[in-house]
Amino acid sequence: MAFASFVIRRLLLGVVVMWVVSVATFLLFFVAPQDPARLLAGKNPSAQEIANINRRLGLDQPILVQYWHYLIRLLHFNLGTSYFTGTSVNTILKEDLPPTLSVMAGGAVLWLIVGIGAGVLSATRARSLVDRISTTGVLIGITFPTFVVGLLLLFLVFKPLNQAGFHWIQTGYEGPSQSIVGWAGHMILPWITIAAVSAATYTRLTRGALLDALGEDYVRTARAKGLSERRVLYRHAVRAALTPVVSQLGVDIGTLAGGAVVTETVFGLGGIGQQSLTSILNGDTPVVLGIVLVAALFVVVANIVVDIAYSVLDPRVKLS
Amino acid sequence: MTGTEATGPQPGGAIPAAAPPAAGNGAAADGDVLVQVHDLVKYFPVRGAGLISRTVGQVQAVDGVSLTLRRGQTLGLVGETGCGKSTLARCIAGLIPVTSGQVIFDGHDITRLSRRAMRPFRREIQMIFQDPYGSLNPRRRVGSIIGDPFAVHNIASGADRKKAVQEMMERVGLNPEHYNRFPAEFSGGQRQRIGLARALALRPKLIIADEPVSALDVSIQAQILNLLADLQHDFGLTYLFIAHDLEVVRHVSNQVTVMYLGRVAEQGPKDPVYDTPRHPYTAALLSAAPAADPDAAAARQRIILTGDVPSPINPPSGCRFHPRCPKTQDLCSQQDPPLETKPGDPPDHKTACHYPVQPHENLTTSNKSSSGGGAA
Amino acid sequence: MSLTQIEFQAESAGELPAQVIEGRSPWLLAWRRLRQDRVAVASAVIILLLMVLALCAPLIAAWVGHPPDTPYVNAGLTSQGLPVAPSSKFLFGTDFLGRDLFVRVIYGARISLLVGLVSTAIGTAAGVVVGMTAGYLGGWIDTLLARFIDSVLALPYVMFAIALAVVFGPSLVVTIGVISFFSWAAIARVVRGQTLSIKEKEYIEAARSIGASSARIMFIDVLPNLLAPVLVLATLFIPTAIVFESTLSFLGVGIQPPTASWGNLLSQAETFYQTSWWYLVFPCAFLLITTLAFNLLGDGVRDAMDPRTERLFASQRKRGRRRSRHAKPMPPAAEVR
Repeated sequence: MAFASFVIRRLLLGVVVMWVVSVATFLLFFVAPQDPARLLAGKNPSAQEIANINRRLGLDQPILVQYWHYLIRLLHFNLGTSYFTGTSVNTILKEDLPPTLSVMAGGAVLWLIVGIGAGVLSATRARSLVDRISTTGVLIGITFPTFVVGLLLLFLVFKPLNQAGFHWIQTGYEGPSQSIVGWAGHMILPWITIAAVSAATYTRLTRGALLDALGEDYVRTARAKGLSERRVLYRHAVRAALTPVVSQLGVDIGTLAGGAVVTETVFGLGGIGQQSLTSILNGDTPVVLGIVLVAALFVVVANIVVDIAYSVLDPRVKLS
Repeated sequence: MTGTEATGPQPGGAIPAAAPPAAGNGAAADGDVLVQVHDLVKYFPVRGAGLISRTVGQVQAVDGVSLTLRRGQTLGLVGETGCGKSTLARCIAGLIPVTSGQVIFDGHDITRLSRRAMRPFRREIQMIFQDPYGSLNPRRRVGSIIGDPFAVHNIASGADRKKAVQEMMERVGLNPEHYNRFPAEFSGGQRQRIGLARALALRPKLIIADEPVSALDVSIQAQILNLLADLQHDFGLTYLFIAHDLEVVRHVSNQVTVMYLGRVAEQGPKDPVYDTPRHPYTAALLSAAPAADPDAAAARQRIILTGDVPSPINPPSGCRFHPRCPKTQDLCSQQDPPLETKPGDPPDHKTACHYPVQPHENLTTSNKSSSGGGAA
Repeated sequence: MSLTQIEFQAESAGELPAQVIEGRSPWLLAWRRLRQDRVAVASAVIILLLMVLALCAPLIAAWVGHPPDTPYVNAGLTSQGLPVAPSSKFLFGTDFLGRDLFVRVIYGARISLLVGLVSTAIGTAAGVVVGMTAGYLGGWIDTLLARFIDSVLALPYVMFAIALAVVFGPSLVVTIGVISFFSWAAIARVVRGQTLSIKEKEYIEAARSIGASSARIMFIDVLPNLLAPVLVLATLFIPTAIVFESTLSFLGVGIQPPTASWGNLLSQAETFYQTSWWYLVFPCAFLLITTLAFNLLGDGVRDAMDPRTERLFASQRKRGRRRSRHAKPMPPAAEVR
């Protein structure tokens, strides 16, 4: 009961958040210098042509009226149509979400495995070879910009393999409906890219939190009770150390839902991120708004899931 | 100064009925009195969590305390941790606003002065702090720390300031050549001397010492206490000396005030309070203090207080000490005992207790039914 | 250690006794520790070299004889119109218009270092002022500023940075502004926390009991104690800012061509990585060496300032086992994914 009321309350709060975000985005693009009509009308348009386009798009009306119409459509789950392609935003999102979600899901699995694994190993075997390798990895992850990792993978992996006639690894996006293996071949480089830069954060978080937890009294008590080191580590210490990891994951999933702009651009995946970049550049407000709302929805849901995970990991935390 | 009496120009803690030769021009007020604290109250609001925090309760840190500090003397303020000693000190120093009550300094009401109006009094009232590590800014040189009062009050600058600072350093027993050193390069006792030099820089009238020696080694404690006594003599200082160590307070004070949970339990000249404590709490504290003489210690009765100090957010009704008092009666939880002189005590020895301790009364074996109710 | 000297001179202006006992300031001790740190010293040398290169970029261009924006249509492009490989004429080869890549990479260093240093300076200054004000003054001012800090940190900053750059029109100044705007909040949060803990120290109370004004306490007593953590944060922020700039430029919303920046060089190189390896390799190498050097230097500075914290990157030396103290909060990861 408490659980249901918690979820409902947080969802309502989320709706408010999304509304605020939509208003802010609307305003931002209202003041933006991009003039979609001018971009659409081609070279040397007459004032009449521009006025016509503006009327067609509803851009001649006051901003409040524009926003009102938008809101009404939104209540019918209609996100409007793109100024440029005339495609409905719902369709655009339906096409662009799969690549983004693929990057996000696979990448998250990969960076969690690598990050938590390296963090646990380097915390339990301080100063060992593993620790050194993982510290170097952290350094690389923090130093290398995402697009550099992507470009280097293209240059050092994709190009030689393709020249050698090995064509499993591909750029661009292909859905998993035809072949899971083919999909993975398209996604493997983006996954590695995004995991390489994210795992560093998780390694550091896990290592730090675990070292702290291992110094706690309850861990000493558990050892003193005669529990095996394995059990002490995994039942007591790691559990406590996972809390910051979970909250970081919530933040990352939320951010990535807005699109992994760089990764998508480097590998030409054409997801939400790439779409939002071009839409922002063109001033294609309906598409940007749609993306922002979807991203905000992800953030809201991710936050709720994180809070629930918190209460599972740490019984002291109460959902409220 | 090696004697047991580390007092100022007026030896002993005698009854101050006869005013000594006028120290100030004391108008209607007693010229002998430097600080008069009337019914001082300080509550800290306790805020609830949440977006709009509202006050959900109050910590009654100091609740109606009155004190008198005489010129050139030392008032010892004793009590357990959390009894409001430090809060009281900060109220008197004007560092935190008071909830109600009055602080009269040298004939002036300084309780609710603005920042600007308070400034001249800042020169007169200085503090020495407990933590010799926390009370000196680690990133500043000693010369700059001791010279700070001069800089703030625009008194001396350049070479003059440096000279004044070095004189001060010498006076408190520091090597003036260490002017450019950093606090981290000094020991705890030396750091306390630095704090003392800073407090004395402006030649204040009142020094509020908040547990000035409790963080030091015992051997160093004696040095600092003797230095405090010397300086009191030389500069005619008045001390408000806060401590939880009863022996230290006995060593330095003329007057003693014992606080419990924000209230005064007992106050008066040192000797009567120590020799014939009337408040059970004072008696308990004294019995718990370690004695230098093992025979005396063995002979002494120990009064064991039960329970913890109650929360100052929700203090007990009536006498605040009643839940832990070995002599408690029904009246104690109903009525607040007034702070008054008990029969047979000197007029300025006051006790807030319905059933004050009688001389030679044995509190250790007392229980609720048998303890006497004779005094009321 | 100029800071120590300034402080010292300010305090003992005028004549000095013949024999001065010089205190060992925390800065001096940190400086000595830093000089012992070979990794940090090497990083500092690399950074200095890069700065010299960047400052001398016009001289280098003149010496090579290739201005950064001049296309060499004949010598600089192959018969198919592709960039030319490195040679004695073009040290790093040429770009897609036949311009000298070496000169352009050196010019790119100017942009990266400029953006890195300036936006870190602006972000740090703003962060310190806001964080210290909020922390020291407290009350409703703190509530307001803390909420503001939190909301800036909560923004999905990649999208916002892109949107802001587009709204204001991408340029060097806007790039610096956008990066500063997203960096001050992280510093402000750390500074606020530090101020809150410094505020509780007895030496602040001592200063108040002397009668020092809030402004004096903030600048004389609080600020010097903030400088160490702020310096560490700022050093680690420089590479973050450089990465941020190159990413924005890579996406086309940062520094605009023909001005060369490592980010936009790499954005052009993406088209040619199959044929012209040098186009990708040299800007990448410079970018990585720069961020690596700043990160390692920042790690060394952190270690020198507070030897009790653990190093992030460099392998640990023979120091006692330090377990419970870990690295101070880092600036938010610069990872624009």
